[in-house]
Amino acid sequence: MTATSTTPQPAGAITFELDGKPVTAQPGERIWDVARRLGHEIPHLCRRPEPGYRPDGNCRACMVEIEGERVLAPSCNRFPHAGMRVHTATPRVEKARRLVFELLVTDQPARATSHDPSSAFWSWAEREGVLSSRYPQAPAHTPDPSHPAMRVNLDACINCRLCVMACREVQINDVIGMAYRNAAAKVAFDFDDPMGESTCVGCGECVQACPTGALMPAAYLDESQTRVTWPDRTADSLCPYCGVGCHIRYDIKDEKIVYAHGIDGDSNHNRLCVKGRFGSDYIRHPHRLTKPLIRRADKPKHALDQVDPANPCTHFREATWDEALDFAAEGLKRVKAKYGPGALAGFGSAKGSNEEAYLLQKLVRTGFGTNNVEHCTRLCHASSVVALMEALNSGAVTAPFSAALDAKLIVVIGCDPAVNHPVAATFIKNAVKQRGAKLVIVDPREQLLSRHAWRHLPFRAGSDVALLNAMLHTIIEEGLTKPEFIAARTDGFEEVKARVAEFPPERMASVCGVPAETIREVAREYARAEASLIFWGMGISQHVHGTDNVRALISLALVTGQIGRPGTGLHPLRGQNNVQGASDVGLMPDVYPDYQAVGDADVRARFEKLWDAVLDPHPGLTAVEIFDAAHEGKIRAVYVEGENPAMSEPNVMHVREAMARLDHLVVQDLFLTETACHADVILPASAFHEKSGTFTSTDRRVQLARQVVAPPGDARQDWWIIQAIARRMGLAWNYGGPSDVYREIVAVMPSLAHITWERLEREGAVIYPAPADDHPGEGILFHDAFPTANGRAKLVPAAVFPPHELPDAHYPMVLSTARILEHWHTGTMTRRARLLDDIEPEAVALMAPRELARHGVKPGGMIRVETRRGEIELKVRSDDKVPDNMVFMPFCYTEAAANLLTNDALDRESKIPEFKFCAARVSAVDEQAA
Amino acid sequence: MGNDNGTAVIHFKSIGAGRRQTRPVPKGRQVDPEAEREVAALLGDRPLSRDYLIEHLHLVQDTHHQLSLRHLAALAKLMRLAFAEVYETATFYSRLDVVREGEPDRPPLTIRVCESPSCAMFGADGLRAKLQAASATGELGAAARVLPSPCFGLCDQAPTVEIGKRFVHKSTVESVKAAVAHGELGPELRPDTIDYDRYRAGGGYRLVERLLSGELTPDAVLAIMDKAVIRGLGGAGFPTGRKWHSLRATPGRKLMAVNGDEGEPGTFKDRHFLEGDPHRVLEGATIAALVTGVSEIYLYVRDEYPAAHVILAREIAKRPVHWPPIHLRRGAGAYICGEETAMLESIEGKRGTPRQKPPYPFEVGLFGHPTLIDNVETLTWVRDILEKGADWWNSFGRHGHVGQRTFSVSGRVKHPGLKLAPVGITARELIDEYCGGMVDGHTFTGYLPGGASGGILPASMADIPLDFGTLEKHGCFIGTAAVLVFSQADDIPAVAVRLARFFEDESCGHCTPCRRGTQKARMLVEAGNWDRTLLGDLADVMGDASICGLGQAAMNPISCVLRYFPEAVAAKGATK
Repeated sequence: MTATSTTPQPAGAITFELDGKPVTAQPGERIWDVARRLGHEIPHLCRRPEPGYRPDGNCRACMVEIEGERVLAPSCNRFPHAGMRVHTATPRVEKARRLVFELLVTDQPARATSHDPSSAFWSWAEREGVLSSRYPQAPAHTPDPSHPAMRVNLDACINCRLCVMACREVQINDVIGMAYRNAAAKVAFDFDDPMGESTCVGCGECVQACPTGALMPAAYLDESQTRVTWPDRTADSLCPYCGVGCHIRYDIKDEKIVYAHGIDGDSNHNRLCVKGRFGSDYIRHPHRLTKPLIRRADKPKHALDQVDPANPCTHFREATWDEALDFAAEGLKRVKAKYGPGALAGFGSAKGSNEEAYLLQKLVRTGFGTNNVEHCTRLCHASSVVALMEALNSGAVTAPFSAALDAKLIVVIGCDPAVNHPVAATFIKNAVKQRGAKLVIVDPREQLLSRHAWRHLPFRAGSDVALLNAMLHTIIEEGLTKPEFIAARTDGFEEVKARVAEFPPERMASVCGVPAETIREVAREYARAEASLIFWGMGISQHVHGTDNVRALISLALVTGQIGRPGTGLHPLRGQNNVQGASDVGLMPDVYPDYQAVGDADVRARFEKLWDAVLDPHPGLTAVEIFDAAHEGKIRAVYVEGENPAMSEPNVMHVREAMARLDHLVVQDLFLTETACHADVILPASAFHEKSGTFTSTDRRVQLARQVVAPPGDARQDWWIIQAIARRMGLAWNYGGPSDVYREIVAVMPSLAHITWERLEREGAVIYPAPADDHPGEGILFHDAFPTANGRAKLVPAAVFPPHELPDAHYPMVLSTARILEHWHTGTMTRRARLLDDIEPEAVALMAPRELARHGVKPGGMIRVETRRGEIELKVRSDDKVPDNMVFMPFCYTEAAANLLTNDALDRESKIPEFKFCAARVSAVDEQAA
Repeated sequence: MGNDNGTAVIHFKSIGAGRRQTRPVPKGRQVDPEAEREVAALLGDRPLSRDYLIEHLHLVQDTHHQLSLRHLAALAKLMRLAFAEVYETATFYSRLDVVREGEPDRPPLTIRVCESPSCAMFGADGLRAKLQAASATGELGAAARVLPSPCFGLCDQAPTVEIGKRFVHKSTVESVKAAVAHGELGPELRPDTIDYDRYRAGGGYRLVERLLSGELTPDAVLAIMDKAVIRGLGGAGFPTGRKWHSLRATPGRKLMAVNGDEGEPGTFKDRHFLEGDPHRVLEGATIAALVTGVSEIYLYVRDEYPAAHVILAREIAKRPVHWPPIHLRRGAGAYICGEETAMLESIEGKRGTPRQKPPYPFEVGLFGHPTLIDNVETLTWVRDILEKGADWWNSFGRHGHVGQRTFSVSGRVKHPGLKLAPVGITARELIDEYCGGMVDGHTFTGYLPGGASGGILPASMADIPLDFGTLEKHGCFIGTAAVLVFSQADDIPAVAVRLARFFEDESCGHCTPCRRGTQKARMLVEAGNWDRTLLGDLADVMGDASICGLGQAAMNPISCVLRYFPEAVAAKGATK
């Protein structure tokens, strides 16, 4: 039963009798809840009191006797009413409960050899004293070991449906069903397929919910499906991957992370995705660097350098920390002395903590003496930040992703949250399936969320502004704006109105490939809905017209007043776990912490005083510009901390050439990355789980990550390494650890007021801005005013540019980069996570089945993809969600790096490259010949 | 090799471990474009909302004689459902035939032989064995498979066989072969069905017209329904007037569901009403809807009644369009869908698992709306009661009980069939006065008072008035008033074993006591183990802790056998 039916219940608290004592039930509390609150946990198997789980009442372990009722009642889903007399331990109740356990025990494997003798089921059975059965046993199910990460042993299954609820109502991945009926009723994946061959996305929610051991992490079981692994200890921290910032309890065995449980943080409410659940063992991968390395004198650098990460000694030699740090700092100082501060640059990391990002930018600004400091925010949301700053003077989200639960219409444009922000996507699905919100997907490609969409607009790639301006045209022409909001809260409406007048949907339909009536229908619904919310990602931002794309989205929200209220707003989904925080603390060439312009003399004077340094008055170079400058010999030394530009930048062969030309490249990382191949010195750093610090999620949620395990070998924490370099460059730093750094950050960043380290230690997470020490933070911003000089938002018309490189006769297809669920960013971490590597083991491109047939390639066959910048060969997956004439390539595969092909043309305002569009040619590779 | 820019493929080593190869297609099954075209053509412009899932599964199966996984995948895609959503529904219903890869295709013809007690008394098991043998040797004259089936609602014609959608009464191997050879395997329509015109000509729908014109008020209707002692004749026995009052008092959008899922073995009254006088049922429903403020009516009729489906589809279309619309829905083989909330789930296109009550359907029902649910027979009597008055209805009855109802009598009586008799009549009176007594040579030994779930009573207890509330203290109930009469020729413990198999098969599997209890009970009694403690404990937990009436009543036959037929059990030699 999936009906979300609820009994009409009393509005206020009521009093009833529980085992002879008067008790009070608050509204929404069932009998079981009241008993539990009062310290009496009535036995339960199918009742999971965690958020998102309904009391289904099927296991019948929690039955109670209610006076005047013919049969017993399930306490878990029965609301008490005033005066009701409930008994939890009459002989009748106890007999029924014992028999329920006996019937369930009958068909279980014996506890000693069971899949999980410590399961909730066995614990309750033991408590009830029922560990054996008098009844005949039915034939058992056979094990299903088909999934790399999880094991299915339905002989232990009690049909409690928690896994079905987990998959269908909590995460809404809709893979698990209850198939067949009667005693043959069975948990089934898709069409009762092996789990590993099903559409399962590996989130593990079912494993987390299962009370019996029928669904278990494979890591806990031996070959005979018996549990052999129990953690030595657990530690609570965060997920190392995307910007959602899930809270995790790690199981640690022999100082290795063996499994991850989702816990109830505000960002995830116990939910995780496959990466967070199964992707943290990379930190103990044999490739892990544990000793500093210095490039061998006999190995001059070359753009085509390849170093086996398992065997760095072909190009590097081990060194002591002192030697390596001296070498690193001396190289930087030498270049600075010879060519000036402008010949230096630093790359920090959106994966590092706020403290690390802050220290890195402070080192570059005060030690290097330049603003050439960057990180990969440039590559993902630079255009979003430029447009948001211009319009609202605030570059972050205006509402957390959970605002979806209050939205009536949700626009998902240029992003694929089910793949890239899977846990955030679950809340979008909850909003649609359980709260009736309408979902509009705007993406050339179909996606997992499309099945839930009210409308999917598969528009022509690159025609974003035409489409969005046509929506604005409709809203203005049809009088669907909010004139009072526009008048009171915005400037610039007339300019936008004049611009979009040129974009009637009827004329734009052929440009976008979306029927005019559909454009109008979606525009109307967006404007009229009580609360509309927009999510976007890199399909919007990574274009030469990225800033204009975002301007158009902002205009949609502003002219309709869909901002500043619950369920409304603008949410650019941030990709990395701390891309928001790294940007906030100034890891960018044009701004200091809190987005204060380096070009502003007053601001600069303040920071010169705070930091006791003379600061460069000119904004530094952006990511692509730094490597262009290096290519030209203007940048001579670079310090890269935890980033991998040799994979992540567009047109990476150009970047690799630039790196090979550097006088000095310092790389600080976990592994010998593609970037580290070109290094002069490599400093072995700490993984996420090996350090503490604050991380700011896509929701503006400042969260404390706690150290889970110690770094291996001689690897060191990043803050310590940065400080060691800083000291060698003459800076008198003496931070004792992340908390010292964070205190300085709070002192220079008004946005973090009331969010102290101590508070984070206590509460774990606080959204900024937080107006008081006890305020949880403001999720929804701009209720009354915008943080601009006059309090009004600035509407800016969006201009139409075509993509920089259009298909032609030579390169007739469109290449777009994308990501896949299991791999993250450049693959450095996830490809070394065993289970993620097992699920997505090889480089692969995605193309439509028709397109494959046209090219004479079989699904899974090899193709060559060529652009004006390079060519690669890789396997191709036949995916009917991909439109014709397009090839999508994840950029995580070193053996077939998509960014060898991408175009480094930039959006002129934000300097974001156009990863999402270039002209390409695809051909079949003769595998016999290859 | 280089391209025209002078670049070349540079080979880099993967950092993955290379234990596996990448998938040539996305995760999970891919939809076969050919199957998608086939299903899309079948669906045409039919609605794709989820509640049509079972209807569309029927459509595919009616066309292809089976549900292959490629068609299920295509249907899932077209209806924008998850594979799991389609599969769990398709595999719940016994008459939906999911064929997995590697299994042989189903032959175009399916022959089903009833295995319920009434048909078993008349040799259905032996007949099935012979037909299966004939099928295996090709003697049936057509590629066919022979399956057992639960009750077809033709118990007075036992043994019955369904060939395609046609039924053979009092079947023999020869009559089945002849029917197969004849080849007419569509539903057989009765010649005497009262159609719309005839029904109106006989004064039908005047009550509806009067309600619509305001000449008759809902309050007046309710006053009569309150006064008439009529209780839900689907078996639950809830006072009809009170149910209507509850709905009427509920604000907002309201729906009605008519329960035509007559699955209780031995019961065949609703089939008769639906096929013989459909508009009397439809008028009852229309009146109920108008009186209670229901906007739409769903009529759920079991798949085993194909003729009723043809008749109802035809006759519903003749109703004036401004009346509350009636949506006909087809069951798919699940006894449990006669349980009112399981029926609601099924109408929504889902597995027929009963919901927890409360909330009751009149609070939260179909699609979440307050819903009025009435049985076919209950609605059949509405017109007469309103036209003739509550006093007329209340004038019937015997032994202090009031009203009348339709008893489905089968078994060892001379004249089995539907018997309209006063409520409160005893089994012995019913046999003697309405059925011409026992078949010659047969002595009355026991009876089922209320189908499979109502328990079994010995002939010595045949003088109890049959009504709601009279049998409960004996571990039985009247339910649908399906009375099966046994004689010395019948092995009553064997009847209980047969019913144990039935309940095991028909348990939806949702709650522990019923799912595991029906299975363990069957395993015990089938093995001849009539252990009173083990079976008694099952009866207790199932009766006290099952979600719905199926599990609560499933042990009634076994408990009755232990209680009333101990010597018959002892003869089996295995009781404690």
